[in-house]
Amino acid sequence: MTSFRIKNYGKVNRKKAISFKWENKKYYGYEGDSLASALLANNIKIVGRSFKYHRPRGIMSCGVEESGGLVTIGSYDKRDPNVRATTQELYQGLTAYGQNAFPNVNFDLGEINNYLSRFFAAGFYYKTFMGIPPFEWGTGTSIWMVFEKFIRKAAGMGKLSTLPDPDNYEHAHDFCDVLIVGSGPAGIAAAKEAADKKLDVILVEQDSLLGGDQLGDRVFNVDEVYSELKNLNIRILSKTTAFGLYDNCVMGLLEKVTDHKAEVNDSLPRQRFWTIRAKHIIIGSGSLERHIAFNNNDVPGVMTVNASKHYLNRYGVLTGKNIVISTNNDSAYKTAESLYNAGAKVTVLDVRQDISLPPIFKDKIPVRFQTVPYNINGSRKIKSIDLATITDSSYKKIDTIICDQVLLSGGWSPVVHLLSHRGSSPTWNIDNLCFLPGNTKENISIIGAARGIWNREECIKSGIAGALDAMNKMGLTKTNYFFPKEGGWKNPIHPLYEVKHKKLISKSFVDYQHDVTTDDIRLAHREGFESVEHLKRYTTLGMANDQGKMGNIIAISLMADLLDKKISEVGTTVFRPPYTPIAIGALAGRHVGKHFRPLRVTPMHQWNLDNGAVMIEAGLYQRPWYFPKKNETLTDSYIREATIVRKSVGMCDVTSLGKISIQGIDSTEFINRIYANPFAKLPINKTRYGIMLRDDGIVMDDGTSWRLSENEYLMTTSTAQAGKVMSWLEELLQTRWTDLKVNVTSVSEQWAAVAISGPKSRDVIKSCVENSILIENLPFMGFVSTKLIDGIPCRIVRISFSGELGYEIYIESDYANTMMNLLWREVKKFNGCLYGLEALGALRVEKGHVTGAELDGRVTIEDAGLGKMASSKKSYVGSAMRKRGVLNSLEREQLVGFFPINKKHTFGAGTIVCEKNSIKGFGVGRITSVTHSPELGHWIGIGFVKGGKERWKNITLIGSDPVRNKQMELKVVSPHMIDPEGKRMHV
Amino acid sequence: MIRIKCPYCGERDHSEFTYGGDASIRYPALDASREDWTQAIFFRENIRGFQKETWHHLNGCRMWLEIERSTVTHEIKSVKPCHPDLQKIMDSKK
Ligand SMILES: [Zn+2]
Repeated sequence: MTSFRIKNYGKVNRKKAISFKWENKKYYGYEGDSLASALLANNIKIVGRSFKYHRPRGIMSCGVEESGGLVTIGSYDKRDPNVRATTQELYQGLTAYGQNAFPNVNFDLGEINNYLSRFFAAGFYYKTFMGIPPFEWGTGTSIWMVFEKFIRKAAGMGKLSTLPDPDNYEHAHDFCDVLIVGSGPAGIAAAKEAADKKLDVILVEQDSLLGGDQLGDRVFNVDEVYSELKNLNIRILSKTTAFGLYDNCVMGLLEKVTDHKAEVNDSLPRQRFWTIRAKHIIIGSGSLERHIAFNNNDVPGVMTVNASKHYLNRYGVLTGKNIVISTNNDSAYKTAESLYNAGAKVTVLDVRQDISLPPIFKDKIPVRFQTVPYNINGSRKIKSIDLATITDSSYKKIDTIICDQVLLSGGWSPVVHLLSHRGSSPTWNIDNLCFLPGNTKENISIIGAARGIWNREECIKSGIAGALDAMNKMGLTKTNYFFPKEGGWKNPIHPLYEVKHKKLISKSFVDYQHDVTTDDIRLAHREGFESVEHLKRYTTLGMANDQGKMGNIIAISLMADLLDKKISEVGTTVFRPPYTPIAIGALAGRHVGKHFRPLRVTPMHQWNLDNGAVMIEAGLYQRPWYFPKKNETLTDSYIREATIVRKSVGMCDVTSLGKISIQGIDSTEFINRIYANPFAKLPINKTRYGIMLRDDGIVMDDGTSWRLSENEYLMTTSTAQAGKVMSWLEELLQTRWTDLKVNVTSVSEQWAAVAISGPKSRDVIKSCVENSILIENLPFMGFVSTKLIDGIPCRIVRISFSGELGYEIYIESDYANTMMNLLWREVKKFNGCLYGLEALGALRVEKGHVTGAELDGRVTIEDAGLGKMASSKKSYVGSAMRKRGVLNSLEREQLVGFFPINKKHTFGAGTIVCEKNSIKGFGVGRITSVTHSPELGHWIGIGFVKGGKERWKNITLIGSDPVRNKQMELKVVSPHMIDPEGKRMHV
Repeated sequence: MIRIKCPYCGERDHSEFTYGGDASIRYPALDASREDWTQAIFFRENIRGFQKETWHHLNGCRMWLEIERSTVTHEIKSVKPCHPDLQKIMDSKK
C-alpha cells in the first residue's frame, strides 16, 4: 500500500499544518485530520500488532468499527490505550504509539506467536485452565497459577496508566422532545421536520462533523448544514456518542470535550457524561460495512470499501495506487469510480453474475464477475492478491494480480445496537443479508440505513417519516405516513462471508482484534459450542474493543452453515451498552476523591477544628476524633481525654445523631408501637432509652425519645441509622397505620448537640444557664427547656453514654458556636477537656454500651443483653417475630466483655474468638469493639460469644486475628466493666 | 432509568426513589400470630408481569407511593399515594 495526500480533494484545512509524533517520530497532518488519515497521508502502514499472533495491523476502516488501528495516545498519567486512530482527531503535539508490540510495531518479537498459532486456537484460555494435553502438566487452577503471570503479560491490548487519572469529567443532564441519534441524511431530515413542527430537538453526532455518510461525498458543505440546523433552534451535540438506550427514552451519552485539543483549559472536563431524558428517540445510527474472510485478509492495506472513499473525499488521502475492490453488492462501485477519478488503478471483483454497469466499468475499470479474493501475498504489506472463482461448492484459484491495496465490501450491517439495548432482538433480512432492528412498543423510531435503507433519497424520506412517527407516538398528531422499504440497490446482494482456503489451517480472520479465524469457529463447533452466545465466549469473538462490529455476521453465517441452519435461526448475540468504550472516569464524573460522597459537617465543625480537633469520617459526617495536645498520638490523646471525663469533665460534639420531631394526637400510641420498651406512660419532660426492632425481630436502632408535651416527642437515632429510621417511620404512617394522626419531621439539621460528661458536668452547666436551680433539680433522664446565660433558648437533658454524670445540651444550630464558647470557658475552669469519638468509644466500651458495631442487623434484643427492657405488656413492631425459635436458641451469641489474660496483650475489633483446641472457622464468638481502658489500665473489648458469659466462666478462650496475624488468650467478663450498678451517673 | 410520575412532584428519575416492597402485602396487627407475621414478612410471589410495589420518593416529597410496574418491561401502569386518604384527595381532583 502506498497512501498519500492528493490535491483538490478533502475537507481538511491545508493552510493549517499540525505536527504530531508517531512512535517518537515527528510527522505532519492538517487541521481536520483524524490520526488515521494523518498516518495514511504519511504512508504509515503498520499501526499495531494483533492480540494473539502479533501480526502487523493497519487502518481498516474510518470509524468506530475500527479493528486494526488501535493505538495508545499520550504518556505518563495521560496514557490512554486502545484509542481508535480513526476517530481520534489530530491536534498539535499529539503523541501516539502502536500497541501490543515489543520493541515496536515494525519489529515485534511477539510475532513468534504467529508460528505457534495452533497453541492459541479457540478456547485457548479454557484449555489452559484444564491442563495442556498431551502432557497434562497439571490441571485446573494449579497450572493456571503457573502460567498466569506469563499470560497476563502477553494478554490485553495496550497498557493502562496505573497513575491516578489527572483529568476532570463531568455529569450533565438534559431534556428534550425528540433526541435524534446520527446526523446522516436521515437524521438531518428528521431533525428539520421535527423542528419545523415546533418540537424541541437534540441532534447527536459521534463524529466531530455533521453529515454522516455525506462526509464521504466529494462535495458536501458541513458549515451550511450546521447553520441551517442552528437556525431551526436544533440543539447539536457533536463528538457525542449515544452509547446506551435505557427505559423511558433515557439516553446515556458521552461527549468528548477536550480529547481533540492540544491545550486544555483546566476548567473544562475531558469528557462529559450526559443523561438525556427525551419524549421520543429517533435512531439514525447508520450502518457499517462488513469485510470478507479469506486467507491473510488482515495484511496492512486491507480496508472496507467505503472507508477508502471517506479518506479520499474527507481527508484528501488516496489510500492506494493500485487497488483491488472485492464486493458482493452495488455499494462498492461508486467508490471504485471515485478512486479511479482520483488517479488510482482500480480492479473490481464481484462475486455476482454479470450485472449492468455504467460504461466506465467497461472502458476504464475492469470488473471481474464471479470472482473472489482467495489469498493475499505479503505479510507487512500487500504484494499481490490471488483470485478465485467458484466451482461446484469450492473455490479455485484462477489468477494473481499485483496490487497495493485490497478493499472489501461483504455487505452492510445496520447499527441496531441502541434498540437492542431495549431488549428488542434484531431479525435477519434475507434480501439484504443483514440484521434489521426488531419491533418495539416504546417511543422509538428507526430511520435511514439503520433500518436497512441504502438509497439516500429514501433515507431522507425515512427521516421525515421518523419525525411524523414521533409526533404520532407522542400523541400530538395522527398523521398518515410510511417508512420506505429497506434495501434500494439495483442488483441484489449475494452472500459472501468466507472464501475457504484449501489449506487446512488458514489465517482467515473474522475478528481482527482478538485474532479469531474462521478455523477457530469451526473448531469451536467441533468441540460442541452451538449457541452464538457460547461461541462468542469460547472463541472471544466480538469481545474486543470493537465488539465485533465488523466481523460478527461472518461468524454467525459460518455457525449457521455448520449447524445446517438459517442465519435467522442462529440469531445474533445480545448487544449491551456501551456502544463504544467509556472511560471509568467519565462514569465517576466529579464523584472522585473527597467528592466521592457528600460531606456533612456539624454547625460547630470549624469551632472543633479551631480547638485542635483531628477529624474522622463517621458515615457522611466529619466528627472530632481526638484533640491532641503537643506531640500526643491518638492513643495518648484519647486516654487522656477519657481519664479527664471520668475524673472531672469533658465536652463532645454529638450533633450528628439523628433527630426526628414526632407530633400529633396519636404520637404516644405511635411511639409505643415503634419501640420495644414501654413508652405509653413516659411523663412530660422525661426522656427514655428505646430500642426499635425490625418486623423480623432483629434490632434496627436505638436512641432516646423525649416527651416535649402531651402530643409531641423528640426522637434521637444513631448517626448511621438516622435516614433509615426516618424512612421507616414514614412508611409505617403512610402505608400501615394510616389511621394514626401523627406527623414526623427530620430536625437533625436544626439542632446542634453537645455532651457534657463527668462528675463536674453539673457544675459546668449550672454556671452556663439562667436558672441553675433547674439543673440542680434535674433528675436522671429528665430534661428542661431553658435558656443559656446569654438568653439563648436550649434544651438540656440529663443523660449518660459515658457512665458518668452527664448532660446533653441541644440548641438551634446557628447558636452552636456561642454555646461551645460558653461551655468551654466553664469546662476549662475544672481542668476539663474536649473529647472526640475515640474517647467517646473508650468510655462506652468500658460501660458495655452497644452501638452500630454491635447492632449490625444480625443481633436480637436478647443477644445485646437488653431483653429485660422489652415490654411484655404490649405489642410492638417485631414483638411477634422476636420470639421465634431460632432467635431464642441458647446457642446464639450474646453480648459479653473480653479481657486479655496477659494484661499487656492487645487485640483488635474483628478478632475471632475460639476455643483453645479449635482455632478455626467462625469460632465461638467475635470481638466488635475494643479500647484501652484508662480506668482498668489494660485492653478491653466487647463482642459476642455463644451462650453468653455463664457458658465460659473460668474458661480461657483464644482470640484469633488472622488478618493482623495475632493470637492472644482471653477471658469472658460482663460487658459492664466499670460501675456496673450505675452509681456514678445517678449522683 | 425508569421514570416515575410522582403525583406530587411530576416525572422524576427512579434514582430519586427507593424501592420499598410488595404493595399487595397487608401486614397483620402487631398482636397477630407468628404464623401470620411469617407469611407477611418472608413469603413473596415472584410475579412475571405487573405487580404492585411501594416506592419512597426519598429525594423528593418523601411520600410513599403505590406503583403498578411490569417486572418484564418496567412499564408503569399507575402511581398513587399509599395512604388511602391521600388517594381519595387525588381521585377527587381528577
Ligand atoms: Zn414526589
